[in-house]
Amino acid sequence: MTDSAAKSPTIIALADAPKERRFLRVLQRARRSPNIIVGTTILSVAIVLVVFAPVFTGFDPVEQFRRERLNPPGAVHVFGTDNLGRDIFSRVLYGGRISLQVGIISVAIASVTGTFLGLISGYFGRWADSLIMRLIDVLLAFPSILLALAIVAVLGRDLRNVMLAVGIAALPVYTRVVRASTLSIKQTDYITAAQAIGSSSWRILVAHILPNVLAPIIVISTNGIASAIIAGAALSFLGLGQQPPDPEWGLMLSQGREYIRVAWWVTAFPGLAIMITVLAINLLGDGLRDVLDPRLKM
Amino acid sequence: MTRFLTRRLLQAIPTVVLVTMLVFLMLHLTPGDPAQVLLGDQRSTPEMLERVRADMGLDRPLVEQYLTYMGSVLGGDLGRSLITNIPVGESILLRLPHTIELTIAAMLLAMVLGIGLGVLAALRHNTVVDTAAMTLALIGISMPVYWSSLLLIMLFSVGLGWFPPIGQGSLDRLVLPAFALALVSAGALARLVRSSMLEVLNQDYIVTARSKGLAQRRVIAWHAVRNALIPVITILGLTFGNLLGGAVLTETIFARLGIGAMYVEAVLQKDFTLVQGTTLFIALAYVVINITIDLIYLVIDPRIRYD
Repeated sequence: MTDSAAKSPTIIALADAPKERRFLRVLQRARRSPNIIVGTTILSVAIVLVVFAPVFTGFDPVEQFRRERLNPPGAVHVFGTDNLGRDIFSRVLYGGRISLQVGIISVAIASVTGTFLGLISGYFGRWADSLIMRLIDVLLAFPSILLALAIVAVLGRDLRNVMLAVGIAALPVYTRVVRASTLSIKQTDYITAAQAIGSSSWRILVAHILPNVLAPIIVISTNGIASAIIAGAALSFLGLGQQPPDPEWGLMLSQGREYIRVAWWVTAFPGLAIMITVLAINLLGDGLRDVLDPRLKM
Repeated sequence: MTRFLTRRLLQAIPTVVLVTMLVFLMLHLTPGDPAQVLLGDQRSTPEMLERVRADMGLDRPLVEQYLTYMGSVLGGDLGRSLITNIPVGESILLRLPHTIELTIAAMLLAMVLGIGLGVLAALRHNTVVDTAAMTLALIGISMPVYWSSLLLIMLFSVGLGWFPPIGQGSLDRLVLPAFALALVSAGALARLVRSSMLEVLNQDYIVTARSKGLAQRRVIAWHAVRNALIPVITILGLTFGNLLGGAVLTETIFARLGIGAMYVEAVLQKDFTLVQGTTLFIALAYVVINITIDLIYLVIDPRIRYD
């Protein structure tokens, strides 16, 4: 936060610049941020490996090589094999598809719904605001992973419910941030001007307020994907998400637990995969926060 | 103070009422017949379903059902487990001490590690120490608790044989789960303490303390750290929530008989009443914890006025 004083002239300059220039400035600053560079690089590698998994591994992630159970990492099976003789490297790659998907979809659910509620709550105020904020208070009355667990308990164990549950549990932060920003933007002259020329409420919300709350949403969403991946894998770890035999990082970790004394590699590789991915996303998120919204800097 | 407390408690009432409604509705939000949900995975005949409906009052209007439910909850009755038939409240009280022990140990560890790392990083701002401390903090934040738990078991239990891998009841069995649980929160705390500390170090009163000729160590300990810790209190509630949530995973992994492990088991076994009762208990406990933390904040920082 001490850095913010030094940076404030840039913020002002950014706010005053025309849209295209502002975008270029942000891009320029992003290119100089080591966090963004390192985060993006690792994340790109991870995404390429996961999306083009068949290119990098010849093994089917669920095929069992019965004579090759719990083989240590070697030339054929780079990450070794698990208790059923399945290739861990290809399981990590294919499992990543599910983990990343859970992260992105739950954040999409949380950020879209959360932003919508925040805009309504902040702009219209009154009963809409009270209603939405009470709802958010209720969601905040549960520690988030427990809320997700309760939702899955109600809806049933299944990956789609996991995404929904993780999304709902992450929703309050978006609503609160967007509501706060909307409240302050609502007071500005250009909103009064828009109201005066007869713009509809929806037009004001979408065309004038939304663009101004995008920066914090992007920052929160990025770090949110990291938390959602962790939470989604946690539910699968507990047996409530992805069901065997298909691989998922959390599920692989829980399956490897039984063999932790004899075969470290069954647990270690999915664990490293999730940690490195989350680390990269967090780095990117921190970098984006510094570039887009220095006020949020910790 | 009293006024604030009254207002804060009044504010919590709608939340608590909505929470009880939601928890009550869990049964009806579950896809399928509520009577079948209460029978669990048992095969059921239409007569059995009919009997459950009559016994549990499922055939009566929803509002009446809710009021009946609230009546028993207020009387301290959370129902009985569908599987063991043990009263839910009893199970919770039996398991609670283990969870409290774990969360408090983790909280203390997280604070020691987080504050230590954060203060160190701020004092050595923009040096290798700062970068190293913040990298550690970032790694801590990025470690899912189930992965750090397994990693600690691999290293210190299987590898070095220093601590038993699972169980509870003794100090050496508390070390690994508490440490695993503390890591994430320690990372978050370290980052917050660092930025808060950096801000405080630039304040006038620090400059004054220095120009008075006070020793550096005294300035830091007496003036800077104390003030830098104030914002930390605001995230203690969140930290506590994270630890409670994380306890679900650590307790499962380290085979500790706490509320978290019980909750997961209940969800997996579709023990509906146990899930419902525990959900309500945790939510209410969390609301109380958050109010308490707001109070602590008020007591510690006289600059804060809630009205």
